[in-house]
Amino acid sequence: MAEHHTAAFVRTEILPEQAPPVSEAGIIRWMRENLFSGPLNTVLTFVGLFIIYFVLKEYSPWLRHSVWNAGSVGECRDIVTAKYGEGATGACWAIIRDRWNMFMFGFYPRELYWRPTLALGLLIFAAAPVLFSESRLIRMWVLGVVSVFLMVAFPGLDVPNGDTALLAVVLVGMLALAWMRPWSLLWLTAVYPGLAVWMLWGGSAWGPTLAMAGFVIGWLAWLATRSFGTILSVGAAVLAPVLWWLFGMAPVQALLDASLPAAIEGVRSEKFGGFVLAVTIGVAGIVLSLPMGVVLALARRSDMFLIKGLAVGFIEFIRGVPLISLLFVASLLLNYFLPPGTNFDIILRVIIMVTMFAAAYIAEVVRGGLAALPRGQYEAADSLGLDYWKAQRLIILPQALKISIPGIVSTFIGLFKDTTLVVFVGLLDPLKGITDSVRASFEWKGAYWEPYIFVGCIFFIFNFSMSRYSMYLERRLQRDHE
Amino acid sequence: MAIATEPPKQGFRLSQLLYDTRYRSMTIQVVVMMMFMAFAAWLVDNTITNLAARGKDFNFGFLSVRSGYDIGQRLIAYDSDSTHARAMLVGLLNTLLVSFLGCLLAVAVGVTVGILRLSKNWLVARLMTIYVEVFRNVPVLLWILIFLAVLTEAAPLPNAFKEGGSASMLLFDSIAVTNRYTAVPDPLFSRSLGNIDIGIFLISSDLMALIAVVVAGWYARRLVLRRATAVQNATGERPVTWWKSVALLTLPAVLTLWALGFHLGYPSLQGFNFTGGINVSNAFMALWLALSLYTGAFIAEIVRAGVMAISNGQTEAAYALGLRPGRTMNLVILPQALRVIIPPLISQFLNLTKNSSLAIATGYLDLRGTLGGITLNQTGRELESVLLMMLIYLVLSLMISGVMNIYNASVKLKER
Amino acid sequence: MKKSLFFGTLTAAGMVAGFAAAGTLEDVVARGELNCGVNTGLVGFAAPDANGNWSGFDVAICKAVAAAVLGDPNKVKYVPTSGQTRFTALASSEIDVLARNSTWTFTRDVDLKLDFVGVNYYDGQGFMVPKALGVSSAKELDGATICIQTGTTTELNLADFFKANNMTYSPIAIDSNAEGEQQYLAGACDAYTTDASGLAATRAAFATPSDHIILPEIISKEPLGPLVRHGDNQWGDIVRWTLNALIAAEEYGITSANLEELSKGSSNPEIDRLLGTSGDLGPMFGLDNLWAKRAIAASGNYGEIFAATIGESTPIGLARGLNAQWTQGGLLYTPPFR
Repeated sequence: MAEHHTAAFVRTEILPEQAPPVSEAGIIRWMRENLFSGPLNTVLTFVGLFIIYFVLKEYSPWLRHSVWNAGSVGECRDIVTAKYGEGATGACWAIIRDRWNMFMFGFYPRELYWRPTLALGLLIFAAAPVLFSESRLIRMWVLGVVSVFLMVAFPGLDVPNGDTALLAVVLVGMLALAWMRPWSLLWLTAVYPGLAVWMLWGGSAWGPTLAMAGFVIGWLAWLATRSFGTILSVGAAVLAPVLWWLFGMAPVQALLDASLPAAIEGVRSEKFGGFVLAVTIGVAGIVLSLPMGVVLALARRSDMFLIKGLAVGFIEFIRGVPLISLLFVASLLLNYFLPPGTNFDIILRVIIMVTMFAAAYIAEVVRGGLAALPRGQYEAADSLGLDYWKAQRLIILPQALKISIPGIVSTFIGLFKDTTLVVFVGLLDPLKGITDSVRASFEWKGAYWEPYIFVGCIFFIFNFSMSRYSMYLERRLQRDHE
Repeated sequence: MAIATEPPKQGFRLSQLLYDTRYRSMTIQVVVMMMFMAFAAWLVDNTITNLAARGKDFNFGFLSVRSGYDIGQRLIAYDSDSTHARAMLVGLLNTLLVSFLGCLLAVAVGVTVGILRLSKNWLVARLMTIYVEVFRNVPVLLWILIFLAVLTEAAPLPNAFKEGGSASMLLFDSIAVTNRYTAVPDPLFSRSLGNIDIGIFLISSDLMALIAVVVAGWYARRLVLRRATAVQNATGERPVTWWKSVALLTLPAVLTLWALGFHLGYPSLQGFNFTGGINVSNAFMALWLALSLYTGAFIAEIVRAGVMAISNGQTEAAYALGLRPGRTMNLVILPQALRVIIPPLISQFLNLTKNSSLAIATGYLDLRGTLGGITLNQTGRELESVLLMMLIYLVLSLMISGVMNIYNASVKLKER
Repeated sequence: MKKSLFFGTLTAAGMVAGFAAAGTLEDVVARGELNCGVNTGLVGFAAPDANGNWSGFDVAICKAVAAAVLGDPNKVKYVPTSGQTRFTALASSEIDVLARNSTWTFTRDVDLKLDFVGVNYYDGQGFMVPKALGVSSAKELDGATICIQTGTTTELNLADFFKANNMTYSPIAIDSNAEGEQQYLAGACDAYTTDASGLAATRAAFATPSDHIILPEIISKEPLGPLVRHGDNQWGDIVRWTLNALIAAEEYGITSANLEELSKGSSNPEIDRLLGTSGDLGPMFGLDNLWAKRAIAASGNYGEIFAATIGESTPIGLARGLNAQWTQGGLLYTPPFR
């Protein structure tokens, strides 16, 4: 039968592909799917378009008419009027250009600008082994950009006797290290806190050195007493440095300063301002609040009733009051609480308060991370015979911290944003302190938007990159295969 | 753990305090407690010494002294003859007002934006992302200052609203945004029940009556719904309830308002300024808007995360059971999403309340502005004022988290 | 007893300097600088320039005290204080002397445990309004919106003034002069009130000062002066007599131009005692004999300071008025140096 079957017609070749209908292809399809997929979406799209149109219409002339070169607000207005006619408005970015140094450094002495700049650059190097340890590509990119930035910035900063060449050598050396043996940069990380304090505040090099030596003393004490058991050695490792800082350090420093003076020009705290101040407080707060927060979180989950009670009390108290009231305590009440006549640096006081504030939040975040760990992890650690600290260090905390990264980073972002509140205790933060100070001058009276926008943009860049970094970190630490 | 062998009988050795796990935690706690108490005693001792050295004492008598200063915006009667304690109360109420309204607006903004960010509409989702990122990553102080600057710099003077002036009022001539205040209609009752004097301040009986009626309506609705469920359980058919719910929720309130003769007093320009409505100061508006939009960006993220945390399978399962989309949302998605959303939402409310102390930047006299500001300065009682202020904020925070925790517990996953 | 306290790991050189000592003078000398509380920025009285150098009428007092005590007018740490924070900063020992146009009142002197050491500017509270408002007297301000710095006596005076005249107003509280200026210029308030001198200084900084008028009513007495903590009389004496030395120098005709010459000896025994050529006034309160000479050398006598910072030749343009010497019909009258 089959052979008698005569097929009416069988196409022998495949038809050429036809273009899809116009409405199902390319941009039109994309628009149909993404912008006009239903009545509601269509309305939303038009509302969105209207908002964009409105914003552009209102503000783009102002931005397009920006003036970058002028000596005062009045001059700016004249330039705008001359160029774009009567009634035109324009942004006056000349204020930023003119007072750039104040926004960046506050009243930090002009000839010493290189010190905070270098401190910031070195911060990135010191952070590299911790933050960008896994990808050489990213590490080298970041460090390369920082080095180039330093090399470009340095000649303009009145560096004494042209040490730019020296800087170049150091930078190349560190870049090489970062390329070949990134972990050796950990040494820089270890000494960085002392180094940064010395570079920012200046004065005798012995102060920071001896203060840092306290940690070495603590470590030595721990080594020396290790054979007596964990408790004793931990006690010794805490007690020894505290005693050193309280009593041992001052005479030794006096001795060393007298015999081996190693001082650079000192800069007092009230000279700090602008982003130097914000970054100083922010970085110090971030670095100090993480360990404190972790300890608080562990204390809050402790079996020991009193320890837990103290931790809960501390955390809830700090979280229950506004940061600004804590800053008031730092600036107004601290002298009541300390022995008569004691007076210590306002920036240090603010750092302590900001640190405590952030630590309480981090403690809650980490506690969430600890709670999220399955019980099996704790039991597994116990069954391996690990003691409490080993279990925490090797098994619990690495996992708990990993879960907590987004929360920790948003706490850091919050901390950095909160550095603007120091204006209310008389420090010159970039947002209000410096801006008010700039606007108090005859020339720049009446420039409201530009400083705010500028400072806002810088904060945005800092914080946005921090949050992106936390996403990168989350991905990097992703160990499960989903 | 069962111990097979009897431990060797020994007297108590001192080293057991350190090496024996039975005693060690006790030792540590005692040591820590002693250190803590020593620290506290040190602080108190220093404070006493310092106070004595300055010839000051620690007492709250200053609160009952005449304050002597005026407060622009207040919810209760107050003038310069009132006491500092009353000024503090005015400030506290101002703090509560801006926090409460801020939380409401922030939730409204946050939920809207959070859902829009998940929308399939490319443009809207991008716009919402920009909003969230921009607001989250810039200090709230900046937003407060910008809103204040917008209101004082860009808004017209009140007299620009004159006939033929350059400015016009919004929403059918009911709201006027000026560079001093925003004039909004004033709710008035022509057959008012008067006020109840509870000693400290007056409470509007009208408001109380309204609240009572609404609460009663809400409760009645719950009864109706419960009955409907009972009927459904018994007969398998659920009686139609929606019109009963709507009626119970709205009718009593409308009737009460009508009975009290509710009408709006519209602001109108008299001389320099608007009268007839309520003039809400720009300090308040700037603070309120900035706090709400800032916190709203965080809430948007929380809402988005909450909705995304509910796996698609839940929706599909609900559809497979034949639930309509609305009921799916109500009965399946929302109850689960809320459980994820509520705890971080609480901390956002707390943050907003605490951030309201940034009123210092706008001159809105909240608790910090009165007790922690002018009173502190005029009386020189910084120790008492700051401590009292912190205590009040602390109690406020604990109360908010307490209330929210109760709610949280009620929606918690009931594990069996 | 000197004991330095170092605070934990955060401590580093230059960040901590803690001393417990009996008196403010010892503290200041040991510290090597004077902590002086000033206005956050009021042109003419105290304002920093772009490099952070402070200048102004109140700043000159700080300089004079630093010169008298430490021998160098530049060894001053200026602590900007707002109306709200100034007294607490002083009470909490954060600053040694407060020179921030602060009004001498009974409660501040007695209840706040502060010591006003004298008056460096006799002032009164006034109102500034835009000319366009068409107001010529403070009595016409009924119902007005008024910008006012919080934490000042002006706040209390304002409440009293409006109450006494049966008028109402709505206050807009502001924290600093800069903010007040911004709000006032933006039209957020009808009138700005503060000390008349402050109004003049603020108005001088406007783009068009002539568009604004200062109303004739002065509703209060505002004797402004530097102050110190209660209880340290030696330190109070030093600040008081440094101020007096500046005023006396003008009275006796000692200027920065003829200071060197007069300090070699003069015919007036009072000048000799003041400049330390004869007598030993300085050692009586723990300074050397040349303290007053250094104080005057810092920025000149009272009249010179006035003229250079807020006087008629400056943009602020204040007349001496009440602040002239008693010999010129003013109120400045120092007790004799003997």
